[in-house]
Amino acid sequence: MQFGKTIVAGLIGALTFAGAATAQDTIKIGVSYPTPTHAWAAGMNWHAEQAEARLEALYSDVDLILINSPDPAAQASALEDLVSIHGIDALVVLPFESEPLTDPVLNVKDSGALITVVDRGLSQPGIEDIYVAGNNPELGRISAQYMMTRLDAGDNIVILRGIPTIIDNERFDAFMAEIEGSGINVLDHKHANWNRDDGFEVMQDFLSRFPDIDAVWAQDDDIAIGVVAALEQADRAGDGMFVVGGAGMKETIRGIMDGNELVPVDVLYPPSMIATAMDVTVAAFKSNGPVAGRYILGATLITQENAESFYFPDSPF
Amino acid sequence: MPELAQTEPATRKPNLDLKLYGPAIALVILCIIGFSLNTAFLSEGNITNLLTRSAFIGIIAVGATFVITAGGIDLSVGSMAAAIAGIMIILMNALVDILGTGVLTVAVGAGCAVLLGALAGLANGLLTTKGKIEAFIVTLGTMGIFRSLVTYFADGGTLSLNFDIRGTYRPVYYESLIGVPIPVWVFIIVAISGWFLMNRTTFGRYCTAIGSNEHVAQYSAINVNKIKTWTYVIQGLCVALATVIYVPRLGSASSSTGVLWELEAIAAVIIGGTVLKGGYGRIGGTILGALILTTIGNILNFTDLISNYLNGTMQGLIIIIAVWLQRANWGKSKD
Repeated sequence: MQFGKTIVAGLIGALTFAGAATAQDTIKIGVSYPTPTHAWAAGMNWHAEQAEARLEALYSDVDLILINSPDPAAQASALEDLVSIHGIDALVVLPFESEPLTDPVLNVKDSGALITVVDRGLSQPGIEDIYVAGNNPELGRISAQYMMTRLDAGDNIVILRGIPTIIDNERFDAFMAEIEGSGINVLDHKHANWNRDDGFEVMQDFLSRFPDIDAVWAQDDDIAIGVVAALEQADRAGDGMFVVGGAGMKETIRGIMDGNELVPVDVLYPPSMIATAMDVTVAAFKSNGPVAGRYILGATLITQENAESFYFPDSPF
Repeated sequence: MPELAQTEPATRKPNLDLKLYGPAIALVILCIIGFSLNTAFLSEGNITNLLTRSAFIGIIAVGATFVITAGGIDLSVGSMAAAIAGIMIILMNALVDILGTGVLTVAVGAGCAVLLGALAGLANGLLTTKGKIEAFIVTLGTMGIFRSLVTYFADGGTLSLNFDIRGTYRPVYYESLIGVPIPVWVFIIVAISGWFLMNRTTFGRYCTAIGSNEHVAQYSAINVNKIKTWTYVIQGLCVALATVIYVPRLGSASSSTGVLWELEAIAAVIIGGTVLKGGYGRIGGTILGALILTTIGNILNFTDLISNYLNGTMQGLIIIIAVWLQRANWGKSKD
């Protein structure tokens, strides 16, 4: 008995020691983002999980903790837990909303953790060490530049916008600024809320209202699907008509690879930006180069030539 | 009671027009506005679009008329439509290997949708009646359940129908019979059946009686629980039918499918003259209500006079005015 006890005690001691050693050496990185309730966010969730598996396989001492939250309050609590329970060394956060999460993120920073903010900025500057985001104005600009390569002065386009938000305004304003002076007429623009059904109905009404439309800027791949259905229903999908969406949905990219003439290009606003943020954050601990700063991803124009590198058939988006 | 019976015809007669024809007048006025903004509003294509679009909310609203007339409410219809659409798509995609991409697969999918709708309605009904939980709470709960189910099935993304089945199924939304699109035919049949059930059967009278006063109905030997449960089953069936014609439109379902349909259906019912607290239901009015709601959206897309940001304001104003026109009349007659 005495002998057995000693062994057990020894084992416990050894385990405790081993535990302490790993806790000291492991780099713990919390990754917090909204619960996926739409396709783009589901894609982000998928890419975050892929990046977690890849980075943890690459570095045995890196532990990534993924947490998604259904609302801003839950995300604030999740951030507290990441500090108090996991004692994270760094935080990658895509804030649900800027205002309510600024203070919680500031608290995490005060605990000494490195802060990486993704996509949606905080309402107070200077909190984050690293900022990774897509480029909304660039998405509008690139879309407009593509339109101008295909259209001449006097051609007519209609625009379907997203949900009335700052994101939508940035894209729209940049698009309008870019095509100004090109002679392309914007017949009208309506909100289709980044939604297939709304895209279908708004486009049906545009088709009834305007007999001559040469191209459609749908701004988003979901809207574009509705637009295409409406064009086909009205038998107006031919004659060089084309639709430009945005985001990088896998079905759209598949279509571009296959040479779809109606939706020939897409403009990237990738959900995989969360993976970029995770890579950069890990690099902050592993790289010999400096990584702090602002990373604004390009709104790449996806064409048949480069489509393959943006195609993730297993992602839900 | 005798007093009521005497005063009713007297107060009704002079005000018959606005109360009964209010929704129809509102719709005509809207059409005139639409036509004056753009003559293409009354083009054949736009009228067809309008009617086809109204079919979803219209069919669901016919079911809602029964639920509301019997004093209930169903908030789960939009989520139910999304969940049924999701399950239908998964089922049909899975059946491709067994049944092929023909009519049979679509028929099994549609049959399954109808069954699911009836079951979901039955669950709402039994929880309300046997479970003795307020309909508002029961259907608020099932609304959340159905919505999260479709999100779960789609893994947060979008469920898409197999492309080959889409070819078979597509005509159900896009084809016409004697110049009238198939969804509109379904809408017409549901509307006529609903009107008959509400106005020409004991079931319809029982709904009205229960909605007016549940206890009196109970003492009058009406099986209140059974009738109320049936109203939810009818609602479920209507949702299923609407889903069967919705799925072939874009061939996909996601967590954003059918968002706020419940409120649109309830709004259509109330604009049509049915009383929200129950006891008085009008199927004809509901149909007009659904048409009015769709027409408002259509007109707003036809003009750039109003800022996009104010679309909700216009819709809200028109709904309130349409109901006020009828109710103000009621109030006057009672004074």
